[in-house]
Amino acid sequence: MAIFIDRNSKVIVQGMTGIEGMKHTRRMLAAGTDVVGGVNPRKAGTSVTVEGRTVPVFGSVKEAMAATDADVTVVFVPPPFVRAAVDEASDAGIDVAVVITEGVPVHDTVAFRARAASSGTRLIGPNCPGLISPGQSNAGIIPADITTAGRIGLVSKSGTLTYQLMYELRDIGFSTAVGIGGDPVIGTTHIDCLRAFEQDPDTDLIVMIGEIGGDAEERAAAYIAEHISKPVVGYVAGFTAPEGKTMGHAGAIVSGSSGTALAKQQALEAAGVAVGRTPSAAARLVRERLA
Amino acid sequence: MDLFEYQARELFAKHGVPVLDSHVVDEAEAAGEAARLLGGRAVVKAQVKTGGRGKAGGVKLASDPAEAVAHAARILGMDIKGHTVEKVMLTRTADIAEEYYVSFLLDRTNRTFLAMASVEGGMDIEEVAATRPEALSRIPIDPDEGVTDDKAREIVAAAGLPDEAAPVLTALWRVFTEEDALLVEVNPLVRTEDGQILALDGKVTLDANARFRHPDHTAYETPGEGDPLEAAAKTKGLNYVKLDGSVGIIGNGAGLVMSTLDVVAYSGSDPANFLDIGGGASAQVMADGLGVILADPDVRSVFVNVFGGITACDAVADGIIQALDQVELTKPLVVRLDGNNAERGRAILRDAAASLGPLVQQLDTMDGAASRAAELAIAGS
Repeated sequence: MAIFIDRNSKVIVQGMTGIEGMKHTRRMLAAGTDVVGGVNPRKAGTSVTVEGRTVPVFGSVKEAMAATDADVTVVFVPPPFVRAAVDEASDAGIDVAVVITEGVPVHDTVAFRARAASSGTRLIGPNCPGLISPGQSNAGIIPADITTAGRIGLVSKSGTLTYQLMYELRDIGFSTAVGIGGDPVIGTTHIDCLRAFEQDPDTDLIVMIGEIGGDAEERAAAYIAEHISKPVVGYVAGFTAPEGKTMGHAGAIVSGSSGTALAKQQALEAAGVAVGRTPSAAARLVRERLA
Repeated sequence: MDLFEYQARELFAKHGVPVLDSHVVDEAEAAGEAARLLGGRAVVKAQVKTGGRGKAGGVKLASDPAEAVAHAARILGMDIKGHTVEKVMLTRTADIAEEYYVSFLLDRTNRTFLAMASVEGGMDIEEVAATRPEALSRIPIDPDEGVTDDKAREIVAAAGLPDEAAPVLTALWRVFTEEDALLVEVNPLVRTEDGQILALDGKVTLDANARFRHPDHTAYETPGEGDPLEAAAKTKGLNYVKLDGSVGIIGNGAGLVMSTLDVVAYSGSDPANFLDIGGGASAQVMADGLGVILADPDVRSVFVNVFGGITACDAVADGIIQALDQVELTKPLVVRLDGNNAERGRAILRDAAASLGPLVQQLDTMDGAASRAAELAIAGS
């Protein structure tokens, strides 16, 4: 099964004809993703051939969906155009919109997130690596060749920490790994992923990676205590981050006593989550629980 | 990006939030003329991006131009919580009848915007929120509708502010949305004895991601601000934050670098910096990053921690070798490569060991490499 995307997902790429869009469309196809089209109003009617496959370019998301039955879009357009691109996808009624673009203004995100929610579109990101159900579909930029299909579900704010854990646990493998992004406002949250993994018959254990800033991990901990029966292993980055300094991700900032790594770790442990001190320690905790 | 008070005041005035006449000076002598232009009597206020400047002696009332010069001379150059005062703002005085607090901010938890308002203005609002939460009204704002006249009246009524404050709230909302702010705060907003509503002090944080639609905001960027190494890194486009320890850190991806800092700290030493060179980890970026880190006199050892994902480890290893061609290595360097083509990447570094010299070491695990880097930092201090 996996969550959000699987072998039946039909993926379109907004911004496919740009440099990043082309590079990652190629990688997605190589990972077995069913990429059925691209969207670029200025190149509508043309097509590109990648990985031996001819992918048509459409003038709008609506046209692409009508022609291909696409249900997932991956957005690579530059920051000034993200809001219009996501609104267009939401208005067309697409199921899942994955926004890879980094550097989107928060006022834009607040607006297109609200619109996606009211259209029933699942938004993932922005500023995220996307998600992968290994061996089935890869919507975004997560390297597909570092891991295998299996029964761990993973949700993370951080791209490279996701890759590290996927690689360390490649012998066990993953049902789906979701990079939800490190911006202050994001679409799909830890809690949304936890809920979906709990219901997914192909997921036996959930790995949750958090980092400083905001209170998403604390709220996820409360949700785990109430609603999650599967084992959860956690990792939190940013114990040494000083107050008031943004650590790379726009959302990763400790302000006053809120958003610290310690508070997040304690909340998760109180909810019964085994929290690893380092990524490798978290990987060992996963092995113990699946042994 | 946090603004100085005088910059916030500029944006307030631009969007119709009522403010007092003022002048900004960076030399004490100029404060005399500024006070004269304001009618003689003036408040002299230190311009620093931190709170508590009143308590620190950074805000003084001058009854005439000569006194304004004297106050400016004392305040300019003053250190307030680690911030040096480089400018003072002089404003007219106001006869204050009541003080209020109003702000608009991003509500991360609910992924929307929030208005906060209180009749307890002029105080530390975090303390009000902590000790008397009922005194601070919080009203969610629908991002589609924004702050209409009705919404402004609702906020004012909820907090017990006078009706005349409502138009100030709609003007402040324009600052918040049209300038792409993450926070606009007026504390205090005052009613004067003669019934005027005025913003006496303000704080604005702008969203740096929105700079593409605000070319005028570049005037608010102060590249020389803060740590000189951070400024140097910024000119090279590096995502670098200076910290207090002695292990220099380079990694790819914000989460992995944060994690690297933690693992170094667990090994008994402390990180000297945060530096994320991004997913590609190219030779040039690696060389630039090493350059900044080796220029830090606090650094005793350097830990390069890269996960090869989209850029596989053999390419990263080649990048490290090319970077070390461009930079003279003066401190021990510990490299950990993992991920795609890890074996090939490690072999490339092993084969180059002779030319890279004895300062470069390689370990296979992140935890092991962090321990080694920490040991080397302690041995080198």
